[in-house]
Amino acid sequence: MSVSNYFENIKDAATSVFEGFTITMSHLFRKPVTIQYPDKTPMPVTDMIPERSRSWLRVEMDICTACLNCEKACPIDCIKIDTEKEEGVGRYMTHFDIDMAKCMYCGLCTEPCPTGSIHFIPEFERATYSLDQMIERFVPEGGKVIPYKPPKKDKPEAEAPAAPEAPESPAETPQN
Amino acid sequence: MEQLAITIHENYLWGAPLWAVNLIVMFGASAVVLMLFVAPFAGITSFVERRIAARIQDRIGPNRVGPQGILQFLADGIKSLMKEDLIPTDADKPLFILAPYLVFLGMFTTFVAIPFSSKLIVSDLNVGLLFIFATSAITAVGLVMAGWGSGSKWSMLGGMRAAAQIISYEIPTGLAALCVILLAGSLSLQTIIAGQGAYPWQWYLFNNPFNPLAFFILLASLVAEGNRAPFDLPEAESELVSGYNTEYSGMRFLFIFFAEWANLYIIGALVTVLFLGGWQIPVGVSEWAGGVASWFPQVLQFLTFFLKVLVFVFLIIQLRWTLPRVRMDQLMEICWKYLVPVAFVCVMGVALWMIIWPEGLPWMTYLLTAVAGLIVAYYCYRVIWQLRNTKATLEFNPFV
Repeated sequence: MSVSNYFENIKDAATSVFEGFTITMSHLFRKPVTIQYPDKTPMPVTDMIPERSRSWLRVEMDICTACLNCEKACPIDCIKIDTEKEEGVGRYMTHFDIDMAKCMYCGLCTEPCPTGSIHFIPEFERATYSLDQMIERFVPEGGKVIPYKPPKKDKPEAEAPAAPEAPESPAETPQN
Repeated sequence: MEQLAITIHENYLWGAPLWAVNLIVMFGASAVVLMLFVAPFAGITSFVERRIAARIQDRIGPNRVGPQGILQFLADGIKSLMKEDLIPTDADKPLFILAPYLVFLGMFTTFVAIPFSSKLIVSDLNVGLLFIFATSAITAVGLVMAGWGSGSKWSMLGGMRAAAQIISYEIPTGLAALCVILLAGSLSLQTIIAGQGAYPWQWYLFNNPFNPLAFFILLASLVAEGNRAPFDLPEAESELVSGYNTEYSGMRFLFIFFAEWANLYIIGALVTVLFLGGWQIPVGVSEWAGGVASWFPQVLQFLTFFLKVLVFVFLIIQLRWTLPRVRMDQLMEICWKYLVPVAFVCVMGVALWMIIWPEGLPWMTYLLTAVAGLIVAYYCYRVIWQLRNTKATLEFNPFV
């Protein structure tokens, strides 16, 4: 090791440590990339995830035909629909429960649905303290929901209900 | 302390023998220093280091326990206390149990000689500096003991590395400190501080062109002695799991780490005392504060000293995230090929300087101060340049 090499090394050490210090110091003043979910997020979480992401299931009860296609399609039987018949009123649903704790998000129930009533919504924050709370009840307890009757195909001017638009605020979904 | 003991003995406790009063004062002083200063400092530093480390890595860091996570160290301490006290079957039991206390002792005894202000010092030993270097070497004994006593290959290697490192770096530490000892003509820390002034050009750092070099040598070798990154080979995670403290858990583990963080303060305090004028405040300020209350100058002196120490604590923490860990051969090369020869040159240079200019060269001190100021200004410029160059999103709030 020559003498000039020796002093070169000292100079290199000093300048590189100095440069390293400026870089680490500059990082102290940068915005952290951490997102403090769920305490502090730059915008509501539902806005941060893609619009068409598929998380929880929702059923639009006003266009549900009670055809039970989704119940039959579900490979793990997490959808439970009870229908009853009454003279004068007709057929109505007394239960439409989806056990989200069991659901594996395969999406097979959404495919046979004739009206697009059952569909995925981008909402995903549904942590609960008990498994019972994971059951989504779309028919209120003791309530009755008359199924939607789709217009006949041969009537061209029937107001066909549009497929459900983007999901509404989560507060409207019947829970618990 | 002896004065305090005699005063108490004469005025308040007539019946008790003097040695008993001395003993009470001794334990009282160590308890006060430990509980009111060292423990909170080490704890809060452990938290602050994690926050700074996080920000340097563009993270946020612990901010859950208490406001902004300030109580994190208490949570960690309580967790450690409740852990099972594990002793490996292969361990040499007495050594294993004793080692953390020796590490702690080596760190804590140095606080005897470290001043906090002009009057606030446990004991102003006339061999103060020698005492500090001697007692901090007990840490090495503790670390080797921990390494051997654990009965694990990782601990053993870590302990041996710690011993090699600490003993090697004692030499540049001593030589760099010798530059100041020559100028001050004393080993007592209070006398060394009294030889300096409040303003930068009155510090020993800028006394002559050799002292800045000695300053950097002292800082580097103290960091190496404290087993801090980039010289943290004894606990190199990627090679040795955790080095000499691999087998420790619970309270013993905490003792070793407590000593490490408190050691940060000792490094900062030593550098401040030797080169940066210690607790010196301008005479005018001191007189004004003395007019307010007799204790007020002491408080100002303590704050001055503490602020200077904090700067170095911060620098050492930043250094940890700036440089990668050196290799063992590089570590020895830095010590024996670079630090020791340059430190020798510094000692000889200072000695010659004192012969040629016994009164010192005023223009040289001003020049060195100005150069240091320029370096700091260039540093700030480079930091801003780094931010501009990368078009970084800025965030100045430390409490995100």
